[in-house]
Amino acid sequence: MKKKSIDIKTNKFSASRRLGGFLLLLLFLAIFVAALLGSEKLSFFDLNEQQRAILFDIRLPRILLGASVGASLALAGASLQALLRNPLAEPYLLGVSNGAALGTMLAFVFFANLEFARPIFAFAGASLATFAVYQMAKSRAGMNVERLVLSGVIVTTFLSSIIVLLTSLLDAAKLRSFTFWLLGDLSQSTRNGFYLSFAAVLIGLAILISQSRALNLMMIGERDAFDFGVEIERVRLLVFATSSLLVGTAVAASGSVGYVGLIVPHLVRLAIGSDNRFVIPFSAIVGAIFVVFADTLARTLIAPRELPVGAITALVGAPLFIYLLRRN
Amino acid sequence: MLNVLNITINYGTDEVVKKVSFTLQNGEILAIVGANGAGKTTLLRALNGTLPLKKGEILLDSKKLKDYSRREIAQKIAVVAQETETKFPVTVLEFVLAGRFAYGGAFGWETETDLTVAENALEMCDLRNFQARLMNELSGGERQRVVLARALATEARILLLDEPTANLDLAHQAMMFRLVRERCKSQAKSAIVITHDLNLASEFADEILLLKGGGVLSKGKPEAVLNAGNLREVFNVEVLLDENPASKKMRVTTIY
Repeated sequence: MKKKSIDIKTNKFSASRRLGGFLLLLLFLAIFVAALLGSEKLSFFDLNEQQRAILFDIRLPRILLGASVGASLALAGASLQALLRNPLAEPYLLGVSNGAALGTMLAFVFFANLEFARPIFAFAGASLATFAVYQMAKSRAGMNVERLVLSGVIVTTFLSSIIVLLTSLLDAAKLRSFTFWLLGDLSQSTRNGFYLSFAAVLIGLAILISQSRALNLMMIGERDAFDFGVEIERVRLLVFATSSLLVGTAVAASGSVGYVGLIVPHLVRLAIGSDNRFVIPFSAIVGAIFVVFADTLARTLIAPRELPVGAITALVGAPLFIYLLRRN
Repeated sequence: MLNVLNITINYGTDEVVKKVSFTLQNGEILAIVGANGAGKTTLLRALNGTLPLKKGEILLDSKKLKDYSRREIAQKIAVVAQETETKFPVTVLEFVLAGRFAYGGAFGWETETDLTVAENALEMCDLRNFQARLMNELSGGERQRVVLARALATEARILLLDEPTANLDLAHQAMMFRLVRERCKSQAKSAIVITHDLNLASEFADEILLLKGGGVLSKGKPEAVLNAGNLREVFNVEVLLDENPASKKMRVTTIY
């Protein structure tokens, strides 16, 4: 693969700052355009009472939550890939998303009235799934990539079967909204959901950026990282906990939106190389743009009816990923 | 200075390294020699704290190795491991800058010093125009030199080299050993080298540690350690020993 190399010495920092600025601008533009589009077309001027309500109480919280969820999933994907030295590591494939989904479901079944129980249970579920996959993948000789992916598949399918068992206990009305939510759905967005998810993004971004140079070494090899001064156990714990937090809050708010954590860091690396000090923050922005874009399609393609956003990210993501895989 | 005091290392219940002791003085090159499976790599891995000790103690500048942080050890001891495979596209310069990690702050942006040191290390390893090349596009020998450059970039006082010349052509083998020797003599740094090339060991090492079955069979000057009896016992071969007319060092020739 040919990397568009940015020369560290002369202007890697300033070139990347320009690219970062451009991407942020693109994100704001995407949010702005998305706010105007939908089953009710809006302009930012001359809004009547009802249109104001649609814009500020329904549409903007949803778009912002979408951006937040996209950033969370892309951040979790980018950092897990570097940590586990596997470009295919992704919250969805590793079973982390399913762990969070099961946690959310349990909270929904047992603590239906407590909105904040869901993200807490989701975080716990994501952490447990991460821990289980990691323990299964570890062997005396260290952790190899094949074992990791295999463990991810096993945990994913096991958790899926529990989720299916639980859904069969739900009544018909709940079942439909649940199936939608499982596929990734932003239509239930609330302001609180956004605040929580956004707080997780800020915390996650700060922690992961602080570990990004250590992740650069981990990406080369754990033993290499250890030899050159990285406290690998600490980095591993921080990244696992942070990705569980990000995936937990994202899944609690919007279900399992697939492919974001896989495709976005991949695209970013293709554009700027593998330095995690850039890959991590840029993945957050591109992930946000990607989900805002996908959700806008989900809201408008067959308006006034809606598609789950996860269906769109998978529809766009799967072929794009196959293309990238073949190109390399 | 590195003091290895009677160390034993286990894999499960197997003793892989048994009661090994030696001292590495500043400015000294020590070669570790022995048959496959004699515990050479295991011993080397323990010297920077990668593997835990079952018994014994390692002292780095009179302080226990386990009382240092990872960063402190990385500033003092650098490893040139056998080949590493990279799954992500990492450039040569990025790879070598990993050697400066232990000097970085929390958010870890490289300083001008880091870059200068990395560039010098690349230059020393005959890799001047390789900075922007990707690691997975290099040949085995080129990668090996990048791995050495990364270790040099740490400016560590002790280099641990595990078969550093395995993939190198004749010219670069000589380059690597001259570089390591030059560094040890002029800057009072030291090195421990695992090698199967007894002539390189004889040529460049101040002392040789000959391992057999995890224990030390013989230790001392090359001409003392590399005798017919020792080599027969370790490798089960007959050798012809004479003096290299150019360097006046001991020369080992296997008799087939």
